[in-house]
Amino acid sequence: MSAALDRSFGPRKLALWSEALIARGGLVLLALALLVFLTVPLATLLVRSLEDRGGSFVGIANFITYFASPAFGHSVTNTLVFAALTTLITVPLAFVFAYAIQRSCIPAKGLWRNIAMIPILAPSLLAALSFIYLFGNQGWLKGMLGWFGLATIYGMPGMVMAMTFSSFPHAVMILLAALALSDARLYEAADSMATSEWRKFMTITLPGARYGLISAAMVVFTMAVSEFGVPKVIGGNSSVLAIDIYKQVIGQQNFSMGAVVGLILLMPAVAAFFIDYMVRTKQKALLTARSVPYSARPSFARDGALLLYVVLISALLLLVLGMAVFGSFVKVWPYNLSFTLNHYTYGFEEAGVDNAWRNSVVMATWCAGLGAAITFAGAYWLEKTRGVNWLRPVIQLQAMMPMAVPGMVLGIGYILFFNHPSNPLNFLYGSMAVLVTSTIVHFYSSSHLTAVTALKQLDNEFESVSASLKVPFYKTFWRVTVPVCLPAVVDISRYYFVNAMTTISCVVFLYSPRTTLSSISILQLDEAGAVGPAAAMATLIVATSAVVTVLFFGVEWWLSVRMQAWRRTPRN
Amino acid sequence: MSEALRLEGVHKAFGAFVALKSIDLAITSGELVCFLGPSGCGKTTLLRIIAGLEQQTRGRVIQNGRDVSTAPPAARDYGIVFQSYALFPNLTIRDNIAYGLVNRRRQRTEIEVRVKELLTLVGLPDAGAKYPAQMSGGQQQRVALARALATAPSLLLLDEPLSALDAKERERLRGEIRQLQQRLRVTTIMVTHDQEEALSMADRLVVMNHGVIEQVGTPLDAYERPTTPFVADFLGKVNVLRAVALGGGRYRVGQIDLTTTVDSAAVGSNVRLYLRPEDRILSDTGPVEMMPNALRATVRNLDFLGTFCLAHVDIDGFDGQRMTIYLSLNQTLELGVRAGAPLPLALRPERFRVFTQA
Repeated sequence: MSAALDRSFGPRKLALWSEALIARGGLVLLALALLVFLTVPLATLLVRSLEDRGGSFVGIANFITYFASPAFGHSVTNTLVFAALTTLITVPLAFVFAYAIQRSCIPAKGLWRNIAMIPILAPSLLAALSFIYLFGNQGWLKGMLGWFGLATIYGMPGMVMAMTFSSFPHAVMILLAALALSDARLYEAADSMATSEWRKFMTITLPGARYGLISAAMVVFTMAVSEFGVPKVIGGNSSVLAIDIYKQVIGQQNFSMGAVVGLILLMPAVAAFFIDYMVRTKQKALLTARSVPYSARPSFARDGALLLYVVLISALLLLVLGMAVFGSFVKVWPYNLSFTLNHYTYGFEEAGVDNAWRNSVVMATWCAGLGAAITFAGAYWLEKTRGVNWLRPVIQLQAMMPMAVPGMVLGIGYILFFNHPSNPLNFLYGSMAVLVTSTIVHFYSSSHLTAVTALKQLDNEFESVSASLKVPFYKTFWRVTVPVCLPAVVDISRYYFVNAMTTISCVVFLYSPRTTLSSISILQLDEAGAVGPAAAMATLIVATSAVVTVLFFGVEWWLSVRMQAWRRTPRN
Repeated sequence: MSEALRLEGVHKAFGAFVALKSIDLAITSGELVCFLGPSGCGKTTLLRIIAGLEQQTRGRVIQNGRDVSTAPPAARDYGIVFQSYALFPNLTIRDNIAYGLVNRRRQRTEIEVRVKELLTLVGLPDAGAKYPAQMSGGQQQRVALARALATAPSLLLLDEPLSALDAKERERLRGEIRQLQQRLRVTTIMVTHDQEEALSMADRLVVMNHGVIEQVGTPLDAYERPTTPFVADFLGKVNVLRAVALGGGRYRVGQIDLTTTVDSAAVGSNVRLYLRPEDRILSDTGPVEMMPNALRATVRNLDFLGTFCLAHVDIDGFDGQRMTIYLSLNQTLELGVRAGAPLPLALRPERFRVFTQA
């Protein structure tokens, strides 16, 4: 008894100021980093759009010039038509696909789900190259274009097809989640009133998934609006805003005009972001309702039709991927189909991009490691520490901003800010560091949300308990929070790696000859007419992403086995 | 007995909402004090201010003579158990309990002995190697208690520690915690909304409502002599009768004059009389007709609740003001109480509480 009150175990003087400093310092550092690497570059873009080429203030003169140019109307129309068509085609295709997986009894659901995710592993340029192989001037299925009344694949048809391929998995993921939320009791109630299948679909399923549908539409729309690679490769003469930016900045070195177009491009993206954001907050309320999950009963006609559909879509996805892979291994498409590794060997060498793959892997590895660490630690500091509360909403807002900012826009912001001769951070320009930083910032929002979701599942009182035990919060972070959240950290890491391998929009302005990335080199090879090496590079990216993804899944599996010890709840 | 904790004018506002209004309170070392009140009354906020997890808008917190008003949680001396227990899921029970000890750079063997001792103290001597998820709610609660006591704090804070448990487990732990607390003589503050828990465990109750302390006193005191209508209403059941003061401790309800031992209201003023359902005399102990406050009642309906019953009765001359009367099951059977039957009874004058009408 006396031992229980043994005061020699009592409070020890703690260096409290150091703990408070680490808590507040972490937040301030995060806020500063977001300021320097996100907000200030974007602000620079805004300022620059109001200046002429010499840097003197000209008000909205640049905007007037651009609006008056014939390119403007053409680009805006093309961008909106491109994004709208892609959305209108992708979302219904993805909805039926997700519906088949969540609400029917087709076999091998895991397989179809994984096949649907394949485009994530590939740069969007791969799809563009594949469609050129299939329907281009020397296309294998070129004759089929006529059936649809199309004269050529170059331009809007090819852009929409390639973009549909690239955005498909993103829409499927959102719709899978939306269709997973269902209440069996609603269907039982409908059955008890002898409701037809069609009426149940129209009155229960579709309304239940409406937020997911809007969210998917906004995500696909934003992706298409911001897309640069696809229009560049397969767009022909159809210019879009993203191409205009590229032409202004890289072609004409007119940074002010690039900034103007960037701001215009920002508008539809920001609008879509806000619609999506409002919809997501609504969906949260839907989630809290206690519901009984729905599980489908077998129906021969429905399952048969949906299986046919899923197989067809999967086959098309594999065909598009396979076409580029195949093309990378044949001598001269479509005339000499004999096997060769030439595109991989001296194809790269000749174009001077033989380092590109290695650069990409180095950059993706940095993003995966540093990005995951910064994102998770940042989310932790934001969610779980105390003090400097006025700073928190500022950080939260900045953490969500990248989701609304197209990569091209962030990219010019970076050039304008970091390339400025009087910027002390000027040395970063053209370095690997700036590629890593911009990529982490570009993909920060989703990663941040993943981290916040994982952290919110932890008991809020862990930090309070540590404080009462005089254990500094950062020790608890290391001993409890990180181990418990490790699966989420690994997930964030994988997300950064794969996106860093495939991204072009932001880094296209920031690479130097030393730091050319493989995704960018596809563009260069394609411009040089070296379609074979371009396909080879795309294939290399897919293979790398796939191998790394499998490795990450292995780690996640190993973690889940190790965590079984304390996750398991058999009590007897 | 020395003073363990003193609160002086502790005030807390969240924007326009005032959670606590100038709370003054002194807690003696070694006692178990319960903060009791409905949800939203400010009891948890007050506990979190004492713990330093929440910063008061105004006022001082003095612990063992030291002003800790602005000290961060780690600079104060207390152990805490949360409603959720907040056990670290990835650490074994042993590591959970040793969590605050490792930080003090103790010898490993010393810590090992200490953990064993604490596990024995809470009745789980062999649980050290398990993980929290492998234990029941009650066992987790005990581990949380052991972890909070590990560093031998001078103050133990319990935030609704039993509310996540089922009824049986809750009752058992109630007794165990109380025993442990008395054995260790550790000053303890427990927050609860469960009056039964508070009445059975506390040395003193602090009954709170809308951010103010309504009453501080022993459980019996607060139950028998509530100083505010809220306390009378919140602790146990109570009949409330509208009445007019006649002076000399007499009050008129409807057309009936009642005698009480309380003479606090001005003659002619409107008051409320508070009387608990058990503060009545029934005819099983002899005739009640000649007693003070003898009344003729008629049973409207009867709630059977196991070992006792509640009779809802109409009283002749009360002008429709109904009362609820407590009956043991035996009384119910012996007196033939049933809907429609007459029930002669007398109200105990010394039990009335009188509050002027707000």
